[in-house]
Amino acid sequence: MATQRISGSEAVILSLLEEGVDTIFGYPGGAIMPIYDALYDYDQKVTHYLTRHEQGAIHAAEGYAKVTGKAGVCFATSGPGATNLVTGLADAMIDSIPVVCITGQVSSPLLGTDAFQESDVVGITMPVTKWNYQVTSADEIPEAIAKAFHIANTGRPGPVLIDIAKDAQFGMFDFEYKKCTKLRSYLPEHPVDPFQVKAAADIINAAKKPLILFGHGVMIAHAEAELKELIEKTGIPAAWTLLGLSALPTDHPLNVGMLGMHGNYGPNIKTNEADVIISVGMRFDDRVTGKVAAYARQAKIVHLEIDPAEINKIIKADAPVLGNAKKSLRMLIDNVNTNSHEEWIKEFRACDKIEYDKVIEKDIYPTQSGLTMGEVVRIASEKTNHDAILVTDVGQQQMIASRYFKFSQPRSNVTSGGLGTMGYALPAAMGAKIGMPDRVVFAMAGDGGFQMTIQELGTIAQYNLDIKIIVLNNNFLGMVRQWQQLFFEKRYSFTEMKNPDFVGIAKAYGLASQKVTSRDQLETAVQEMLDHNGPYVLEVVVEKEDNVFPMVPAGASVSDIILEP
Amino acid sequence: MKQEYIITVFSEDHIGLLSRITIVFTRRKINIDSLTVSESAITGVFKFTIVIRETPDRVEKVVGQLEKIVDVLKVFANTNDEMIFQEIALYKVSTEFLFESDKVEKIVRNSGARILELTREYVVIEKTGHSDETQRLFDELNVFGVTQFIRSGRVAITRSNIERLSVFLKERDAMLEQVD
Repeated sequence: MATQRISGSEAVILSLLEEGVDTIFGYPGGAIMPIYDALYDYDQKVTHYLTRHEQGAIHAAEGYAKVTGKAGVCFATSGPGATNLVTGLADAMIDSIPVVCITGQVSSPLLGTDAFQESDVVGITMPVTKWNYQVTSADEIPEAIAKAFHIANTGRPGPVLIDIAKDAQFGMFDFEYKKCTKLRSYLPEHPVDPFQVKAAADIINAAKKPLILFGHGVMIAHAEAELKELIEKTGIPAAWTLLGLSALPTDHPLNVGMLGMHGNYGPNIKTNEADVIISVGMRFDDRVTGKVAAYARQAKIVHLEIDPAEINKIIKADAPVLGNAKKSLRMLIDNVNTNSHEEWIKEFRACDKIEYDKVIEKDIYPTQSGLTMGEVVRIASEKTNHDAILVTDVGQQQMIASRYFKFSQPRSNVTSGGLGTMGYALPAAMGAKIGMPDRVVFAMAGDGGFQMTIQELGTIAQYNLDIKIIVLNNNFLGMVRQWQQLFFEKRYSFTEMKNPDFVGIAKAYGLASQKVTSRDQLETAVQEMLDHNGPYVLEVVVEKEDNVFPMVPAGASVSDIILEP
Repeated sequence: MKQEYIITVFSEDHIGLLSRITIVFTRRKINIDSLTVSESAITGVFKFTIVIRETPDRVEKVVGQLEKIVDVLKVFANTNDEMIFQEIALYKVSTEFLFESDKVEKIVRNSGARILELTREYVVIEKTGHSDETQRLFDELNVFGVTQFIRSGRVAITRSNIERLSVFLKERDAMLEQVD
């Protein structure tokens, strides 16, 4: 490529174009104005979405990355603009989401002088980024951006941040772009070792009661087909983690449901009965394991994982297989025997029956007068033929939706798993809809989380983002209230909420909306929302004090999962 | 059981890396007993020598987290008996004690220390050794009164005759080729 003499700001835009970026979420401000000025000339090639808060921009970038598999890009100005990104960075870090953030910074001679809107962004974001870098000279820009995309997208993905001083944005230099494909200090993935695969296959081939646990890593590696092939060849039942949702169709006969604190009864109980656990692209989060000392002690553990630091971090692996899941699964498939485990699977189905009778039926087909979150989720899923993208917030509605929403395609579930970020759903759904404009996108939030980023209704209205927003309103911070009820003697300390008129708010933003308070209105209302061409806010007033079950109480073993209080 | 470990971090030469490295320790509430940064025998490769007291399990996990840092090349953890190491200490005492008797001179001589600077007011003594040795000299001199004292971070070297990183760099190059 021939060089051309341009400003640092224009170099930022051209570098992003070189990386195939066509979507940016952001919020301008003083220190990033030169970059926004350069962006003005490229509106045919890249679409910028002005959010209503920088947190909205980064969650949108996360949602976009989650559904497309491409890094989300986010702009913010210095000082408060940059610090408002921190929650999103921490969220993307713990959930391995590729996000590239570009922040403006005060001019380099002012660094360290407490200049207006100066904050030590590189220092502040160090623990919550996979990599970050401060640019103080225009000619560093192409290389920094090339490195940023390489690091964000490869290996175990994560957020990166480039902080660009204002004088570097103005500086002129000869621009030339070279993609970064290799850094000697950074090995994105280990080549898969055939001996590790063989050892894993030997354990799997000898197993009588094996159980596969799969997580987000499967989708990051685009290994959904390989996972399915392994499961079908070996006949091994498979359970997903919260972030593994949708990597396999919900109705696959060997899908035995969700692990963890509010997961399904079968996979939790059977974790402590299996003789072999094969975990793929998951990291044994404490919400999955419960009490580690009582977790799968009887089982041999096979762990397919890309990040060496995750091997033996929580659960010791008898047969670790380091590397990219797409490659390691392929090699594993070639080394395992065709098998079936019908008796073992019947045990899961027996658990399903117990769970259905004690919990599920009354959640999704309730007979009580108040509406349940479960029936709303069931209807939303049914009316979209189980083929929509679900974006959830954090709390009771997240757990209920994760339990009852059904998926038929991968990358259809967007949620804040590791960090548990309330306020995530609305902005993340914007990114999901922009990334996958042809699919139905639900944003599901409670009354608490909805109000944390409610200002993004403005963004949704401005760009007419066709998101179906369901607010499950129980006038409580429901999950905290549930814990207060179960573990703090019903002392409802600061969890009850007096809420505004959500329909009125939606209407003030120019959005279609309605409120549902009884069962006979529900199906019609969901249908009306889906039939409406454009964004829609559906408020559903649900039972005030419903609880999410089953539950592995904090500190208990997965086999001590309880079905009712 | 906790014991002393020497953690050697080989890295690229980048600003801010020291912070990224120490964050791994502070996040886990591990105290850094000593820290030395210097260029290694390989040009452009820097070496952080960090001393901590921890259990083998925690050390293994810290090493894993340190190796995740993008600009870090390789991390080694060793127990003290696996490495040759030294620290340097400087002591300042008032010159009058040197002339009052031959005690200070004997202490310096017996401990293998040396006098770096001698003025009318003070004398600066230098001693290299393990921290128990430099501490012992401190205790002996402090009978007279040490007015200033400083001990460096630990420097440590392996018993192998090459920089262990050069082997790693060769392997890394091969691996990067393989994953392409």
